[in-house]
Amino acid sequence: MTIASVTQLVCFIALSLTLVLGALGVVLLPNIVYSAFLLAGVFLSVAGLYLLLNASFVAAAQVLVYVGAVNVLILFAIMLVNKKEAMAEIPGLLLRRVLSGGVCLGLFLLILRVDLTTPWAVPGPTPLGDDSTVLIGIHLFSDYLLPFELASVLLLMAMIGAIVLARRDVFSSDVITGEAADQGLIEKERTPLLLESTAGETTLLEKV
Amino acid sequence: MLIDPAPVPLITSRPALAVVGPGIDLQSSFTSTLEGFGLSQGTAHLLWLPLPMLLVLVAAVIGVLVNVWLERKISAAVQQRIGPEYAGALGVLQPMADGLKLLFKEDVIPHRADGLLFTLGPVLVLVPVILSWLVVPFGQNLLISDVGIGVFLWIALSSIQPIGLLMSGYASNNKYSLLGGLRAAAQSISYEIPLALAVLAVVMMSNSLSTVDIVNQQSGAGILSWNIWRQPVGFLIFWICALAECERLPFDLPEAEEELVAGYQTEYAGMKFALFYLGSYINLVLSALLVAVLYLGGWGFPFPVEWLAGALGQSVDAPLVQVITGSLGIVMTVLKAYLLVFIAILLRWTLPRVRIDQLLDLGWKFLLPIALVNLLVTAGLKLAFPAFFGG
Repeated sequence: MTIASVTQLVCFIALSLTLVLGALGVVLLPNIVYSAFLLAGVFLSVAGLYLLLNASFVAAAQVLVYVGAVNVLILFAIMLVNKKEAMAEIPGLLLRRVLSGGVCLGLFLLILRVDLTTPWAVPGPTPLGDDSTVLIGIHLFSDYLLPFELASVLLLMAMIGAIVLARRDVFSSDVITGEAADQGLIEKERTPLLLESTAGETTLLEKV
Repeated sequence: MLIDPAPVPLITSRPALAVVGPGIDLQSSFTSTLEGFGLSQGTAHLLWLPLPMLLVLVAAVIGVLVNVWLERKISAAVQQRIGPEYAGALGVLQPMADGLKLLFKEDVIPHRADGLLFTLGPVLVLVPVILSWLVVPFGQNLLISDVGIGVFLWIALSSIQPIGLLMSGYASNNKYSLLGGLRAAAQSISYEIPLALAVLAVVMMSNSLSTVDIVNQQSGAGILSWNIWRQPVGFLIFWICALAECERLPFDLPEAEEELVAGYQTEYAGMKFALFYLGSYINLVLSALLVAVLYLGGWGFPFPVEWLAGALGQSVDAPLVQVITGSLGIVMTVLKAYLLVFIAILLRWTLPRVRIDQLLDLGWKFLLPIALVNLLVTAGLKLAFPAFFGG
């Protein structure tokens, strides 16, 4: 065994362990903030696995999009609404947990079966290394152009939807409930924070 | 899918932009020397690996010390004071004294704070910044690793930092800390987009994400071929965004003293506070270095060293000339970076702080559209004048 292959093996084991344990922690931990931070660890170890597969561009994109954008937004949402109050009792919690656990176990067994029955080509195709950035660009602008553009339209729709939901002054009634919109939430013209005090200034000047 | 998948032209090698000679390759000479002593190639490589990393780490920390001293001295000059004077000549040992003081202070973890996250936060702020030094070139071969994704790696790594800030803000169990952390994350996210778009315009001109290729693309005619002349708007956008990412003063909302005590750093003391301190200064030097690499010709001399060597009748590949050009490259990179650091420090001590709404307006309503227009114009100019804007 060369030094390179040993390093690779150690990295793979460490990354896989953090990935699996972190993912379990995300689901099982009762503290939602810990779950969100562990999710960042899971995303980072996935990026590490991409690096081991010589896909450095995908790894960097994974860090930028999932850790830098998605996870930060999740944390933002949690920290802005975290009121530290006890959650209401959910009826039949144990049954729900058993059911969802069963579904997850079934999915896991399905994936395990696919993994064991597929004839994997070992070793896989030779990695492209740094040229993959160029190739990804070429593919995005030739044979994957339509899915690429459709994804951008989807994002545009989501953005417009978010703006409409956030700016309630567009409609006089609430979009979801149909009730009259809460006037207190409507964005008002900005009022000057510092009141004009020309009268006071003149008297001061006169005194001087 | 729709279009018949034509055979994709495989680009197997980087565009041959190198006008400069190959330069000194310390790695190959080091490994070949060790192999001459009878070591195997793998062992020689293994012995080489930690050397550049340690060197860059030491360089980064020394850069911070210089930076702290400059900050103290320049702020003193701006305010017509003398500044540190007794610790060493001209107070050069003052940053060491600061560091030692922080090292010996008690490491306080506040009661009811989350100890684990409280400790992990500063580490998550510092580590990505230090990792980003991986791609900073000081010469043709004088960098830790010429990874193909170059500047993209830096942009991706700098997006991890807000998580550390949020973590330390939350774990402090203090409302000022939480607000500071949230502000820091919001600011970092807002300014990352125009920053990435400004970098994208440069990348478009040099056809590569690698920092070495970006510098080589600017090395044709000395100072005239630097990117700042072709990307003046991009340079300003990048500099403003870099200052905002470093939380330097016109944009130091996350730690605004009057409003938030010290933001996410409020509860920190001792070495954990020092990690934040180190992180912010290393980030400032790193940003200045990257501005130098992206817009000011990196290690390039204001006029090409090849012309100088030719005028003196020397070959560029001669060993002595190579050593001189290599050292000149390092000096030029550091000089440009510290010129920018000087401007940043001067800005800090002259400008007032912006308000949070002004900050977000500037980022989203001004810099983002300008950066998009800059990208579009660059693409148009590249198509119109491929000779000047990279074919």
